[in-house]
Amino acid sequence: MFTKILKRIAISIPVLLGVVLAIFIMLRIVPGDPATTMMGEHVNPAVIEKISREMGLDQPLYIQFFKYIGNALRGDFGTSYRLNRNVAQIILDSFPHTVRLSLLAALVAWTIGVTAGVIAAIRQNRLLDRLFMGGALMGVSMPVFMTALILQYVFAFKLKWFPVSGFDSLQAMILPAIALGWNSAGSIARMTRSNLVEVMQNDFIRTARAKGLRENGVIVRHALKNAMLPVVTMMALQISSMLSGAVLTESVFGVPGIGRLAVNGIETRDMPLLQGTVIFTTILIILGNLAADLLYSVLDPRIRESA
Amino acid sequence: MNDKIEKNISSQIGEEDTWLDKGKTLVRQNKIAAFSALVILLILLAAIFAPLVAPYDHLEQSLADRLKDPSAAHWLGTDELGRDVLSRIIFGARISLTIGLVPTLISMAIGTVLGLCAGFYGGKTDFIIMRLADVMLAFPSLLLAMVVMYTMGGGLVNIFIALSLVNWAGTARIVRSQTLSLKEKEFVEAARSMGVGKWTIMFRHILPNCLPSLIVLFTLNIPAAILSEASLSFLGIGAQPPSPSWGLMAVRGKKYLFSEPWLSIAPSAAIMVVVLAFNFLGDGLRDILDPYLKEQ
Repeated sequence: MFTKILKRIAISIPVLLGVVLAIFIMLRIVPGDPATTMMGEHVNPAVIEKISREMGLDQPLYIQFFKYIGNALRGDFGTSYRLNRNVAQIILDSFPHTVRLSLLAALVAWTIGVTAGVIAAIRQNRLLDRLFMGGALMGVSMPVFMTALILQYVFAFKLKWFPVSGFDSLQAMILPAIALGWNSAGSIARMTRSNLVEVMQNDFIRTARAKGLRENGVIVRHALKNAMLPVVTMMALQISSMLSGAVLTESVFGVPGIGRLAVNGIETRDMPLLQGTVIFTTILIILGNLAADLLYSVLDPRIRESA
Repeated sequence: MNDKIEKNISSQIGEEDTWLDKGKTLVRQNKIAAFSALVILLILLAAIFAPLVAPYDHLEQSLADRLKDPSAAHWLGTDELGRDVLSRIIFGARISLTIGLVPTLISMAIGTVLGLCAGFYGGKTDFIIMRLADVMLAFPSLLLAMVVMYTMGGGLVNIFIALSLVNWAGTARIVRSQTLSLKEKEFVEAARSMGVGKWTIMFRHILPNCLPSLIVLFTLNIPAAILSEASLSFLGIGAQPPSPSWGLMAVRGKKYLFSEPWLSIAPSAAIMVVVLAFNFLGDGLRDILDPYLKEQ
């Protein structure tokens, strides 16, 4: 088991390096010179040259890369060109907003998704099932910003239950969290339903029923426990879509999270900021996937044994 | 009755359903998927014949008519420059559908070739391609597209390129896993023993057997691409004004959300309808064409 965990972690390291390298190269194959792209065409060549030198952009790519990795390992992601601050510090300042938003959104997604999935599975092929699964597919199909805009219009503007934007109170975070979680709720509901339907056809369910267990007990104690395994690991995989969605939700509700940073990085052509944000986010996602894998092997005895 | 017997016999002798049969099964088994196909067809026609269908020119400004409520003259009202929102949505369908179809096709072609090579050649080729795919899959595609957009700048053509480059890895994985099992089949061995070349085996013998999965995957990748374009444009790094991109319309309407909500909700709803239709159709096709993908 322990060696398996180590092995899995070892596999992630080249992927991590590959991701950093990919972002690194992509940001530097800008047609023309990266410093010119950053500053715009009409800036004095002397200034551009100075910036190039300061940021180390005049050195060969592989030296830049290893320097960056070395610095990143020490927690130094470079200096934002526009804000003139350490990128790591800027990320750490906005990160708590995104974490709070994502955790609340995960809570929303799980509560709605699992409940809808279980009800749909129990009422398989009946009206409620159709209704919930149609709703789930609609949740998956709605652009995140549409959910956000509708929630903002109805609950903040018309009903005045929540503030229109903001991020400092729990109340202000509720609408962004629902907007962000709605999408994932759809996929979780679909997955919960299909797993539960499958598990319910097993022999041990029939045995449990034959023992005279009440239907609720059969579903909660026997079926759900087995059906939830893949769904639990999906939680970690959802980190990826949550962080992508956060970019949009944050932009609608004006939350100064990490997604806003990435967009700012592009708008102000601040390469160190964009680079740091994207690398940081992607590392989180890789770690999330790693956690999902490990969680799965801890939870599922079959995989644990085979290790 | 005769039909049934005939079907039974043909399935016993191993004859497969034709595409027409599969289409009929889809209509019979999954009414929503069939209806979605119809919706997609209608939107496609509206997009192609947009100048004939749209009541106004989508770029025609009329400052006297700005921010008009929905009415008989303007079904979905007008925007801040007095342009007819419905006409813009109809023209916008061209953008969304092209973005949905073309980059998806390109990225899936890349993914298919790489997946075939990885599965067929194995060894180092497989290792390199799949690690590359791992790296691509580790990125959230929106962020990756954002990086590409930074490098190349905004605009629709660049979204085309970004989305074509970003989304091949999922296809490569699925094609690889199918190739791995298909290349052990007798018909491949037979072809090989007859001296058929490697590329011919890959493209003439293995690829056609991956087609059902690829069709399903294509249908499900289209809405993802449409949502990506809409999101990029919504963030202001995709289509640029005066383009009638739905994502761009939604973000420009956001300013007037509390006074003229339809300006942002209508284009968003258009995105949802198209994405929903493709998702329903993809779900339906998967049940019929590809039980294997469903298992995954």
